[in-house]
Amino acid sequence: MREFDYRRASDVSGAVALLGDDPDARYLAGGTNLVDLMKSGVERPGRLVDVRELPLDRIESAPDGGLRIGATVTNSDLAAHPDVRSRYPMLTQAVLAGASGQLRNMATVGGNLLQRTRCAYFTDTTKPCNRRAPGSGCPARSGEHHNHAILGASETCVAVHPSDMAVALAALDAVVHYETADGQGELPLDQLYLPVADTPHRETALPTGALITGVFLPPVPVAARSRYRKVRERASYAFAIGSVAAALDIRDGAVHDARLAFGAVASRPWRARTAERTLIGAPATAETYAAAAAAELAAARPLPHNGYKVTLMHNLTVAVLSELAEEAAL
Amino acid sequence: MGLATSSVITLHINGEKHTLPVDHRTTLLDALRERLDLTGTKKGCDQGQCGACTVLVDGHRTVACLQLAVAAEGREITTIEGVADGDRLHPVQQAFIDLDGYQCGYCTPGQICSAIGMLAEHAAGWPSAASGDVRPAAGPTPLTPEEIRERMSGNLCRCSAYTSIVEAVARAAEADASSAAGVPEPLGEAAA
Ligand SMILES: Cc1cc2nc3c(=O)[nH]c(=O)nc-3n(C[C@H](O)[C@H](O)[C@H](O)COP(=O)(O)OP(=O)(O)OC[C@H]3O[C@@H](n4cnc5c(N)ncnc54)[C@H](O)[C@@H]3O)c2cc1C
Ligand code: SF4
Ligand code: FES
Ligand code: FES
Repeated sequence: MREFDYRRASDVSGAVALLGDDPDARYLAGGTNLVDLMKSGVERPGRLVDVRELPLDRIESAPDGGLRIGATVTNSDLAAHPDVRSRYPMLTQAVLAGASGQLRNMATVGGNLLQRTRCAYFTDTTKPCNRRAPGSGCPARSGEHHNHAILGASETCVAVHPSDMAVALAALDAVVHYETADGQGELPLDQLYLPVADTPHRETALPTGALITGVFLPPVPVAARSRYRKVRERASYAFAIGSVAAALDIRDGAVHDARLAFGAVASRPWRARTAERTLIGAPATAETYAAAAAAELAAARPLPHNGYKVTLMHNLTVAVLSELAEEAAL
Repeated sequence: MGLATSSVITLHINGEKHTLPVDHRTTLLDALRERLDLTGTKKGCDQGQCGACTVLVDGHRTVACLQLAVAAEGREITTIEGVADGDRLHPVQQAFIDLDGYQCGYCTPGQICSAIGMLAEHAAGWPSAASGDVRPAAGPTPLTPEEIRERMSGNLCRCSAYTSIVEAVARAAEADASSAAGVPEPLGEAAA
């Protein structure tokens, strides 16, 4: 590991100033991803700016009826918060589906959003990887890619974003707030992650040096009945091979409102807008749910070893929507 | 800006203060084991994947291998060496002994620290991925074996002593419920 300077920031502008425009400096939150990547040599920062003592550790009700979640709120505190549990249950479920109790106590909202892919070539510095070393190639395409992308990938990179939390946030129209030396800014979660194109090393639309200060959730009444379901290779403590965040409001036998996002299928959480358009207004039946899944997955371009994900996501979507519909009927 | 790659820090561990110079690259785990001779905390994977290095930080269970020692300055750290009350074992320790919650014992300090933190989380009403309905109106989740397995899934046991680990944690939870002694400090709710 390279030697580095360590600074602890106590206020937001101080943190932004400490980082400055130094391309070699990184914010340190829970460290659960950054410290790991520093050990493997993927990240080699010359300075860390510790943000955990910033006053960004609160969850507050917003005047519009939404919630403001500070960037340093731990994953555990987010999942346990009564307003999150009652108004956005899919978010609590998504966070609890990720990592372990120990890691969720350390991991923060900001760090979770910016965690890097678990593609094995990305984390192995002896291998080429366009995302880590632009232009070096992508061994995953012809190599190990059973958990890689089926949607929105490119010739240069087929990695998936590993976050569970971000999938629920995508379905909930979350907005990411940040601060730079030039002032404050915001990005809808949908626009936080850049399309892969031929620049997979450019992962987010955040300006250089931006500190994420929080995530705002608008009021989403449909989310009161919502669910996150994750499929993985063991029952707990593993990354997703496919996941669905869904909310459903059924009135008079038809879908009045719906939210749907997929995880572990693309380089970013995948908001399934095509499926949502198919759902809204249609009869609340299994046929509709299957048609919605098929419409979204029509764009899937699986690789030789991950075609199973298309079937998995189809069946998972139908199952979760059917469960929500059954619950509504009770 | 001046560049410092090491610092003199003071760690608060098991109620004692330890002042030591550290290279910033030192993890809390390596500081405990290599610098402070607190070798009860074990190193398994060194990548956050096994839970052998679990310690309590400000009452919350965490993994020591992904924390930098310099970042742990100012926090209250409790390791396996600090969970007993003098000669009286912590109820979770006692339950692991009574029910053989181990074989080789390598994962045990991490399992015990994790269980102590987990019981406090459960007592504070935190749901888990095994809790069906997470809405507060659904009420607190009983600590079933399924809940224990899910909540303890961050601790791997290569001897696969899981059956008795789950029994030991369940026994300790009963002990908590029936005697005030050993009830972990309640955790605060997230800022509401
Ligand atoms: C064994 C293991 C299993 C895991 N399993 C899962 C899983 O199943 N599902 C899942 O979703 N995740 C999983 N994770 C990943 C975990 O959720 C992330 O590591 C964690 O959320 C990152 O948060 P952090 O606060 O520790 O970030 P850090 O590691 O501190 O930082 C991550 C990145 O974010 C940047 N950053 C942090 N905060 C800010 C900020 N406020 N503004 C700007 N930049 C910032 C850092 O500079 C760094 O680049 C797992 C991790 C491990 C180690
Ligand atoms: S899929 Fe992306 S991250 Fe993985 S090796 Fe290819 S370029 Fe790198
Ligand atoms: S040694 Fe820390 S989790 Fe394995
Ligand atoms: S008792 Fe041997 S690893 Fe758990």
